[in-house]
Amino acid sequence: MAPAPSPTYSAITLNINGEKHTLPVDHRTTLLDALRERLDLTGTKKGCDQGQCGACTVLIDGRRAVSCLQLAVAAEGRVITTIEGVAEGEDLHPVQQAFLDLDGYQCGYCTPGQICSAIAVIEEHAAGWPSAATQDVRPEAGVQPLTAEEIRERMSGNLCRCGAYVSIVEAVAQAAEAAQPPSGGSGDGNGATEAEAAV
Amino acid sequence: MREFGYERVHDVSGAVALLGADPDARYLGGGTNLVDLMKTGVERPARLIDVRDLPLDQIEATPDGGLRIGATVTNSDLAAHPDVRSRYPGLAQAVLAGASGQLRNMATVGGNLLQRTRCGYFTDTAKPCNKRVPGSGCPAIEGEHHNHAILGASEHCVATHPSDMGVALTAFDAVVHYETADGPGELPFAEFYLPVGDTPHLETALPPGALITGITLPPAPVAAHSRYRKVRERASYAFAIGSIAGALDVRDGVVHEVRLAFGAVASRPWRAHAAERALTGGPATGEAFAAAADAELAAAETLPHNGYKVTLMRNLVVAMLTELSEEAVR
Amino acid sequence: MTTTTGTAAVTPSVGTAHTRVEGREKVTGAARYAGEIPFADLAHGWLVVSTIARGRIRAVESAPVEAMPGVLTVLHHGNAPQVDGEYVGLLGKPDPTVTLFQTDRVPFAGWPVALVVAETPEQAREAAEALVVRYDEEPHDVAFSAAHPGARKPEDPSAETEKGDLAAELAAAATVVDAEYTTPEEHHAMMEPHAATARWDGGRLEVVDSNQGSMWVADELAKMFSLDLGSVRVLSEHVGGGFGSKGLRPHQVAAVMATTVLHRPVRVVLTRRQMFSITGYRSPTVQRVRLGADAEGRLSAFGHEALSLTSTVHQFIERSADYGRAMYDADAHHTVNRVVALDVPTPTFVRAPGEAPGSFALESALDELAEKCGLDPIALRARNEPEAGPVSGLPYSTRRVIDCFEEGARRFGWADRDPRPGLRREGRWLLGTGTAAATFPSNAMPSTAAVTAEADGTFTVRITAADIGTGARTALTQIAADALEVEPSRIHMRIADSDFGQAMIAGGSMGTRSWAWAVTSAAKELREQLALGGAIPEQGITARSNTAEAIGALAQKERHSFGAQFAEVAVDTATGEVRVRRMLGIFAAGRIVNPLTARSQLRGGMVWGLSMALHEEAIRDRAFGSHVGPDLAGYHVAAHADVPPIEVGWVDDPDPDDPVGIKGIGEVGIVGAAAAIANAVWHATGVRHRHLPIRPDRVLLAGTAPGGDVDA
Repeated sequence: MAPAPSPTYSAITLNINGEKHTLPVDHRTTLLDALRERLDLTGTKKGCDQGQCGACTVLIDGRRAVSCLQLAVAAEGRVITTIEGVAEGEDLHPVQQAFLDLDGYQCGYCTPGQICSAIAVIEEHAAGWPSAATQDVRPEAGVQPLTAEEIRERMSGNLCRCGAYVSIVEAVAQAAEAAQPPSGGSGDGNGATEAEAAV
Repeated sequence: MREFGYERVHDVSGAVALLGADPDARYLGGGTNLVDLMKTGVERPARLIDVRDLPLDQIEATPDGGLRIGATVTNSDLAAHPDVRSRYPGLAQAVLAGASGQLRNMATVGGNLLQRTRCGYFTDTAKPCNKRVPGSGCPAIEGEHHNHAILGASEHCVATHPSDMGVALTAFDAVVHYETADGPGELPFAEFYLPVGDTPHLETALPPGALITGITLPPAPVAAHSRYRKVRERASYAFAIGSIAGALDVRDGVVHEVRLAFGAVASRPWRAHAAERALTGGPATGEAFAAAADAELAAAETLPHNGYKVTLMRNLVVAMLTELSEEAVR
Repeated sequence: MTTTTGTAAVTPSVGTAHTRVEGREKVTGAARYAGEIPFADLAHGWLVVSTIARGRIRAVESAPVEAMPGVLTVLHHGNAPQVDGEYVGLLGKPDPTVTLFQTDRVPFAGWPVALVVAETPEQAREAAEALVVRYDEEPHDVAFSAAHPGARKPEDPSAETEKGDLAAELAAAATVVDAEYTTPEEHHAMMEPHAATARWDGGRLEVVDSNQGSMWVADELAKMFSLDLGSVRVLSEHVGGGFGSKGLRPHQVAAVMATTVLHRPVRVVLTRRQMFSITGYRSPTVQRVRLGADAEGRLSAFGHEALSLTSTVHQFIERSADYGRAMYDADAHHTVNRVVALDVPTPTFVRAPGEAPGSFALESALDELAEKCGLDPIALRARNEPEAGPVSGLPYSTRRVIDCFEEGARRFGWADRDPRPGLRREGRWLLGTGTAAATFPSNAMPSTAAVTAEADGTFTVRITAADIGTGARTALTQIAADALEVEPSRIHMRIADSDFGQAMIAGGSMGTRSWAWAVTSAAKELREQLALGGAIPEQGITARSNTAEAIGALAQKERHSFGAQFAEVAVDTATGEVRVRRMLGIFAAGRIVNPLTARSQLRGGMVWGLSMALHEEAIRDRAFGSHVGPDLAGYHVAAHADVPPIEVGWVDDPDPDDPVGIKGIGEVGIVGAAAAIANAVWHATGVRHRHLPIRPDRVLLAGTAPGGDVDA
């Protein structure tokens, strides 16, 4: 027997940058489209709409995610932070400031996603998460420094067609350094990019 | 994308009951594959049953020294878990080699097992594909197939399974647990994926409506000495053109136990049983490694543009086993 | 109050690092791109493109779709407004791909056949996917190859240049290189998809767009829709990358048609997959290079034949063989660009059109010649420095290519290089280094600008420039500040509004040079007016410029940017993986206005070269005539993990005939970079890779033997 058709719209409440937004959504609406088309939060960018570029990266429950593959209705109850929510008032987040100072962008379209991703990369590394660039993933090997190679691997889900990668890695390294206690740094003050070859 | 209903479920039996009532419904985990396929029109469900809030997000050590991993554990949590990294480092590496940090935060273990091929004909509804539309044909065989299968394929489909995680899971003899309206069940990994044959659209042995609840990894001391290596067309954030999970226990120069599995060469993560048999009990030498690779790859059937994968996998077997054996000596 | 310029001692801004003036907006997400400006009562358009590669549309079954929820209209060749496709715009007659829905013919897969407009994007998308279009399919031909019988020399007389007897010189040469190189179909793949919102506002058509020239797009739309240019306004404040693709494209035309029919604002955003068929791309190329040299490595014979493809509806030629016309001389010198028309979308300008694929072939061939002559590749180039343009005979404005090589060699550590291939191993990696030259034309095009002295002591510059990520907005701010002798903070730079008048587009590495000239000229005029003294009225005092006459008076010279590219690679021949370990580019590219953003732009070009060398390749299925995997998972561009430390430097090289000394840096960064990497792969492995991209399967099958050269 055919099931009763279920509604294709829901009224949901999204918690974004500390504010609650209640809105009816078509279940097809992605979090990305809800942000951009419904809530006028256009800082989150649509590059591919298929999870293949990272431009739409936001933080969901503190973790980075691509909002183009996240249905808005399934994001209800989660804590969402977008690029509009990472600065403290007029004070830029250290990652934002580093991108600005070191020219970690050109056209700027991938930039909000890169910045949200970078904020999470620094936290993931601090939490001890390994990456594909980590030589020894066993916990007994300890936490390895956030080298340029580690940053590159961890940031690889964010494409930048202008090719600003080198400055982005420098910016992430600088912001990560600033976020760490002085002894736990990943190298000298120039960031890690000059430190070693890539392979 | 057609309109669809959405339900968020909080208990397994409720999820199974909802899906059983609606043949056009799909379980929604992280959505990283399903939502993409809905956008391209490959999947057109009438209802999504969101299983992310099910109480299946734990990784627990089993009394015998294995692990039980819930179906909604994210790839990130799996790769970061100390027991996974310590007992099955090759699994952690495999997960970390897949997708991107963002996608690993969203994707779930259950969803990973059920992800679909990235074959460019499968994902294009304007083209034929036996996996998507049974009987419509497989244009990859005459067309673009440089990253298609060399093992276990058929004239009906030469697509590969895209999972990295699955390659390690098959090496470590994972068991898939599921729930149906008739109660729970389980499938060893070797039986989980169906042979391609003339039914490439039938991918797993899961009963209709089944919900994957988790996997167990049996204890495997050899897995503590395991690795994963992936070759792809850019250094990160790309699917494999060939990958390998390996674990090796060498005692006095003799292979005591070995695990080998290949990715991106078949419709499923490919356990290299023939290579393992050839190696076990024999010398841990480069010649033996190469001979074992040849034993496994003897069954390879190549197309005009994917024959390099035979060489690639042979080289990966030798490199992986050489590395593992040298480390064991150290 | 009285506004002053140049009274206080102001440090010149040009030549100093300046963070982007719009930087804060970009890092906070406040910068709004084309699809992000809110409009009341906005409707959403979704294009439907053909699934067949050639034939006729038999029927567009729009009735069922018009009944779907939220659908407002379905436009197609049966009901769309008629437009003029015969006008002549900046680049000649329009590509029929943009004159939407005027015919039932389908000339390639992905051709726009309908536009569905609905209240929401979700409704528009579903209706567009549900629209049934019936076709009468015809056989198609998309098989590009050197042997294609349709290959021909275009009528354009500049397609071929010839002097001397190439065959005779080759026969007499001590050393000959004769090799074929190929490059695949490559795409712009900028991060921001094409997007436009159109509306009628008080009798004027307003289009909020993402483009490389708002006046260019306004002019094309006015001509196509038979409107006065004054009644069309195009705005393009922030642009998420262009690279040659963001001119007039189907999305703007679709939005204009729909808003005209519906009398409400309509936005059309292309999907990533649609972008692969209707926004242009770089044609694949097959190039034969023949070089002959004497015993000392002096070129006596130079032949470069290039073949590219175009569509059957519009001609665009990838002019790969132009590269050598300004770069290398020989007694016998022959270059020709041929083309073949196939049932494929129309290609277009992609970053360094011609020079990018042309330099791959030629700078690879020169490396082969250096090897055969037993010469260092830099020494070979130094030995072949021409005194004047090899084809034109004109003098160079400046040509400091050897200075770039010398500075690069010093910084890269080239002197320590053992030229023999296949000798350096580090673990599983074979290591090698390579180099190549770079060049790109330096031109300027007439532009207008207005500079206003405001009553509050600031200055407003208005120019229809575009900042597609180049840093033009910031560079022009610095240039205006210096021209007015004030701090950059006193400049309001307003760009990308067609109401500001005619100006060059962001293209051909000519944007910033052309705009800077106009801004400098208007600022000079304003200073002369202000020098007369008196109060500034409320509306300010405005001076205008038009550089047409000054640019027209420029002496004929060979004007180019130059550079030297260096790369170090690691190759695992067991897996075919190639990793670039470091790159260095030294450029002689005119006066560098802003070292911070210039470094980014040149580096970005080098990343493109890396991506071209190792990753990029769009694959077209011959049976269906359409792409396989046309998205950012199927079409790989370099990701973070692929890109090593890249150093960029420059030698002092102001253009003596430019008011600011600018030459242009948008494209020279990609030129030669792929060849430097391919040459490094040879140095690592002993194998010449003449076909891009240098994919793992190709490296794996070629192995390390010199006989393994990848020729087919």
